[in-house]
Amino acid sequence: MRLAILMQLKSNEEKMITLKINGLEVRAEEGQTILEVAKFYGLEIPTLCYNEGLSHYGGCRLCLVEIGEEPKTKLVSSCTYPAEESLVVRTDTKRVIEARKMMIELMLSVAPNSKIIQDLASKFGVKQVRFKIRNEECILCGLCVRMCAEQMDGRAIGFQNRGYKRKISTPFDIRSEECRLCGGCIYICPACQLRCQGPQADTAVCNACLTMDPTCLDFYDDLQCWMYDAGRCGTCIREKPEKSKSKKQTQKSKQKEKNA
Amino acid sequence: MEAEELTVKKHIKKYSNEKKALISILQDIQEEYNYLPQEALKIVSRTLGVPLIDIIGVATFYRAFSLEPRGKHLITVCLGTACHVRGGPKILEEFERKLNIEAGQTSKDGQFSLETVACLGCCAIGPVVVVDGNYHAQTTIRKVGSILKKHLKKD
Amino acid sequence: MRKIKKIKTIKDLEQLIHSQVQARKSEKKPVLTVSAGTCGQARGSLQVIKSLEKAIKEENLEDKVKIKVTGCHGFCEAEPNIIVQPQNIFYQKVQPKDAKDITSQTIINNKVIDQLLFTDLATGKKVSNEKNIPFYKKQKRIILGDNTLIDPTDMNDYLSIGGYRSLIKALSGMTQEEIIETVKQSGLRGRGGAGFPTGYKWEFARKTKGDTKYIICNADEGDPGAYMDRSLLEGNPHRVLEGMIIGAYAIGAGEGYIYVRDEYPLAVEHISLAISQAEEMGLLGKNILGTNFNFELHITKGAGAFVCGEETALIASVEGRVGEPRQRPPFPAVKGLWGKPTNINNVETWANIPLIIEKGPQGLSRIGTNGSKGTKIFSLVGKINNTGLVEVPMGISLREIIFDIGGGIPGGKDFKAVQTGGPSGGCIPKEMLDLPVDYESLTKAGSIMGSGGMIVMDENTCMVDVAKYFLNFLRDESCGKCISCREGTQRMWEIVTDITEGKGSRGDLEFLEALAKTTRDASLCGLGQTAANPVLSTIRHFRDEYEAHIKDKKCPAGVCKELIQYSIIEENCTGCLACLKVCPQEAISGELKKVHVLDQSKCIKCAACYEACNFDAIKIE
Repeated sequence: MRLAILMQLKSNEEKMITLKINGLEVRAEEGQTILEVAKFYGLEIPTLCYNEGLSHYGGCRLCLVEIGEEPKTKLVSSCTYPAEESLVVRTDTKRVIEARKMMIELMLSVAPNSKIIQDLASKFGVKQVRFKIRNEECILCGLCVRMCAEQMDGRAIGFQNRGYKRKISTPFDIRSEECRLCGGCIYICPACQLRCQGPQADTAVCNACLTMDPTCLDFYDDLQCWMYDAGRCGTCIREKPEKSKSKKQTQKSKQKEKNA
Repeated sequence: MEAEELTVKKHIKKYSNEKKALISILQDIQEEYNYLPQEALKIVSRTLGVPLIDIIGVATFYRAFSLEPRGKHLITVCLGTACHVRGGPKILEEFERKLNIEAGQTSKDGQFSLETVACLGCCAIGPVVVVDGNYHAQTTIRKVGSILKKHLKKD
Repeated sequence: MRKIKKIKTIKDLEQLIHSQVQARKSEKKPVLTVSAGTCGQARGSLQVIKSLEKAIKEENLEDKVKIKVTGCHGFCEAEPNIIVQPQNIFYQKVQPKDAKDITSQTIINNKVIDQLLFTDLATGKKVSNEKNIPFYKKQKRIILGDNTLIDPTDMNDYLSIGGYRSLIKALSGMTQEEIIETVKQSGLRGRGGAGFPTGYKWEFARKTKGDTKYIICNADEGDPGAYMDRSLLEGNPHRVLEGMIIGAYAIGAGEGYIYVRDEYPLAVEHISLAISQAEEMGLLGKNILGTNFNFELHITKGAGAFVCGEETALIASVEGRVGEPRQRPPFPAVKGLWGKPTNINNVETWANIPLIIEKGPQGLSRIGTNGSKGTKIFSLVGKINNTGLVEVPMGISLREIIFDIGGGIPGGKDFKAVQTGGPSGGCIPKEMLDLPVDYESLTKAGSIMGSGGMIVMDENTCMVDVAKYFLNFLRDESCGKCISCREGTQRMWEIVTDITEGKGSRGDLEFLEALAKTTRDASLCGLGQTAANPVLSTIRHFRDEYEAHIKDKKCPAGVCKELIQYSIIEENCTGCLACLKVCPQEAISGELKKVHVLDQSKCIKCAACYEACNFDAIKIE
C-alpha cells in the first residue's frame, strides 16, 4: 500500500495536502486519514480496532491525537479524522496520554486476560485497574463484525442494543444461517488471540513484559525526543518508580505521592 | 401472534419498499402485533433486501421496539428529570411491587407490561404515568393501586 | 375547520391573508380560548371543552360566543386554563363544573368569576387580566405568544394573524443571499443547545456545490424536562413550516424532513395536518406561489433514542439506520443526508425565522445581550410554584426567572440548585442566581444553555442522586460505539452509585473527576463529550454533599435509601392509622389514637407512609 501511495504522490502533486505531525511537516493525499499519513511516515500511533484491510471504526479510542492549536485543541481518533490542510497534530501530549491510559484501563477491566491489552498496559504504564473486573472479554471493538461483513461477506454477526447493554451476537442469539464457520471473527479478535501467561493474569497488571523508568513528561509538556517516534525507548510515558536518580526527581516524586 | 406474510408485506408496501423507511415499517408492525415477531423481521429483511443482522441492530437499538410479546395493557412511567425530582422512581417501585415484575418485563398473567420512558414532555403534571395512551397527572404512591384496578375493570 | 383554498400566485396569498386578518379584526363575538396541548388534555381540558359546549347549547349562546381550542399557553401549572377574549380575562384550573358559571356570569352578565382567577402570592390579590399575571409579566413571548391566538388545526387561523406574510416577503422581494444576510445580522444562534450562529450555518450549506440539498428540523427534544418544541409543534405548526420553507429557499434545498420524537403523538398529528394543509394550499410542492421554487416536506418519527438528537445520528436515523454518530468533518452542511449538503436546525430556531424576515434583523438583535440575541423559551419545571414554559429575553437573571416568574419554591422550601441543559448540562447553585442567562455565562458556570430545560431543585434534592440519575440516563442512551463514552458513563455510574449506597471511599472524587475528564476528551460525539458535566458541576458546587456521603455515610437531603432512616415523631403522631394501612411491608404497628411504631428492619423506605401522613409525623434523616 505504501508503494501505491508513493506512486500516486508522484503523479498527483497538485492534490497534496500539507499538515504538521509532532512538528514535522508532512504531505498527504486528499482522503487520507491522519493515521494513514502517520503510518506512512513511520510515526507510531497505537491502535486496536483498526485494521488495514477493513473499514475504519474509531471505537477503541486508542489512536487519539490532539489537533489544533492552544487554546482550542481537541482529541480525535486519527483512524477516522481526515487529513486537512494546515492541520496541526500532536500524537503524544499529556492529554492524549492520560486519555489513552484510561482507555486501556477500561479495556483491561472488561478483558483482563487479553495479552494484547496487557501488552498495551505495560507499554503505556497502566499499572492498576481501579474498576470492578467484569471478565466479559469482548471490548466491542467491532473487528469481528467488520471482518464478517467486509472480508467474508457473511453478515452473520452484528452490534445489538446500545449503551452499556451493547453486545455482538447473531440474530436472536442462535446459530446464524449466514455463518459459514470460516473462523474469521476468532482470527481477528484481540481478546481471543493470545492469553496472558503471567501470574495472576485476570486480577493484576503484572507488567513483567517491559520495565519501568522515570518519565520525561515530568519535565516537558510535550514529547521532545525523536527516539519515541522511531519506536524506541518509550521511557517518557511510563510511571515513575520508587527509587529515583536525581534530587530534583526525588522531590517531585514525593510531591506526586502526597497528591495521589 | 404469528406474523402473516401478507400482513407484514402490506406494511412494507405502504412505504414503497424503501430501505430508508425501515424504522417506520417496524413501528407499524409493532402496532399490529404489539411487539416485533421474529418471523416478521425475517420477512422485512427479505423484502427490503437488508441483511437480517442490520434489521435486528435497528430493532434492538431503539427503545420503542420490543422483541418480546407485551402485555395487554402498557404502563409507561415517566422518569424524566422533572418527574424524577418529584418522586417518579418511588412510583415505579410501587408498580414493580404491585405487579411483582421489574421495569421492562410483563406480568405473568400477560395483563400488564411495565416500561419507563426518559421524558414525555408533560413535566408540569409530573410524576406522569401513561396507561394505554391515557395520561395520569400528579401520580402518587396511593393512586397506583386504583390505576391498576381501573384498567383491569375495563376488560 | 374551514376549507383550504388553492393559491397559485403571491398576490392571491396576499389577498387571502388580508381577508383573514380583516375577518379576525371585525370578529365581535367573545372567544373562550382553551389551552389543550398534551398536558392540558392530561389535566382534563377536553372534558372542560365538552361541558362548555353543553352549557353554551343549553343557554342558546351558539351564535353569541365561540370556543377556540389552542395549544399550550405556557402556564402549565394553571391548566386547564381559559382566556376570555376580548377582555383578556385569565381563568385558571377550570373544571367541567365551572362551565355553567362561565357562560351565565362571564358571557351573559359580563361578570368576572373571582374563584377562577389567579392569586398573586406576593400581594394576595386576585389578578384578572392575563397581562398582569406575574408569570407572564417579565416574559417576552414573541415566539410562543401566538399559541394563545390560534387553533393549530386551522391553517386560515394562522393566516388571520398575518401568517405566511414573511414567506411572501422572502419569495417576492429578497434574494437568497439577502435572506441569509438578514439571519446573520439578527444574531440568531441555534436554539437546540450548541448555539451555532444560524446564518453562517445556512451559508455553509448554500455555498456547498450541489443540486440536491436537504433541510432538517430537529424535533427530537430528548432532554428530559424540556418540552418547548412539543408546545410549538402542537400549538403553532405553521410557524415552524414557514421558517423551514424560507430556509429551504435561501439554501436551495428541494426536500426537507421533520424528525419528531416518537413520544409526541399530538405534535406529530398537528404537524402532519399542517403539512397536508400547506400542500393543499400550494405552499409546499412544485412552483410554490408561481415561482420556480419546489419544496416538499416529510415527517420522520424517532423511535426512542436520545442520541438521535445529535446531528449525524439523526441523519443516520432518517436514512433508516442505527443512530450512531460519525466523525465530523465532513460536516452535514457539506456531506449530510445521503451524502448531500444538509442544514439541520432546531424547532425553535426555525420558529424565529418568520419574525426575523418580517421585522428585519433588529426584530431579534434589539433583544438580548451582545453575544446572545433574541429570546429563549425555557421549560421551568421541578420544585417550582409556577411550572410552565417561559420565554424570556437573553440576559435576564436566573433569579428573576425562578422567583419573579416562577413564583419561587413550593412549601416555603429553600432553593438549592437549578439544572440547565439536560444531561449535557450542569447544576447551578444559589450563589450564582444572579447569573445572566446567555450562552457564554452558562458555559462558564459549568453548565450549558442546552435546549432550554430548567429543572429547579430544593433542599430535599440530593445532588449526588441527581448525578447518579443523569449518569444512568447517559449510560443507557449512549450509542455504545466509543469505549470512552460507553464504559466511561457506566463506570462513573458505578462509582456514584457506590457513593449513594455508603460504599464510597477516599480518593473516589479525584478518580471520578479524572474519569469524567477522559470521557469528555476521548469521546466522538456531543453525548460523550458532555457526559462529564452533570458529575463535574455537582462536584464543583456541592462537594461537601459528596463528602458527607463518602466520609459520614449520610445523605443530608434525605434521599439516598441506604443512608437514611424513616422514623415516627412521637409528639406529632395522632394514632390515625393512615401510615399503617399503606405500608407494603407491614413495618408499622400501633392502635387507633396511640403513637405508632416503625420497625426499621422491615422498612424498605418506599415513602408511602411519608405521603400518607397528614400530621408531619414521619421523619426522614
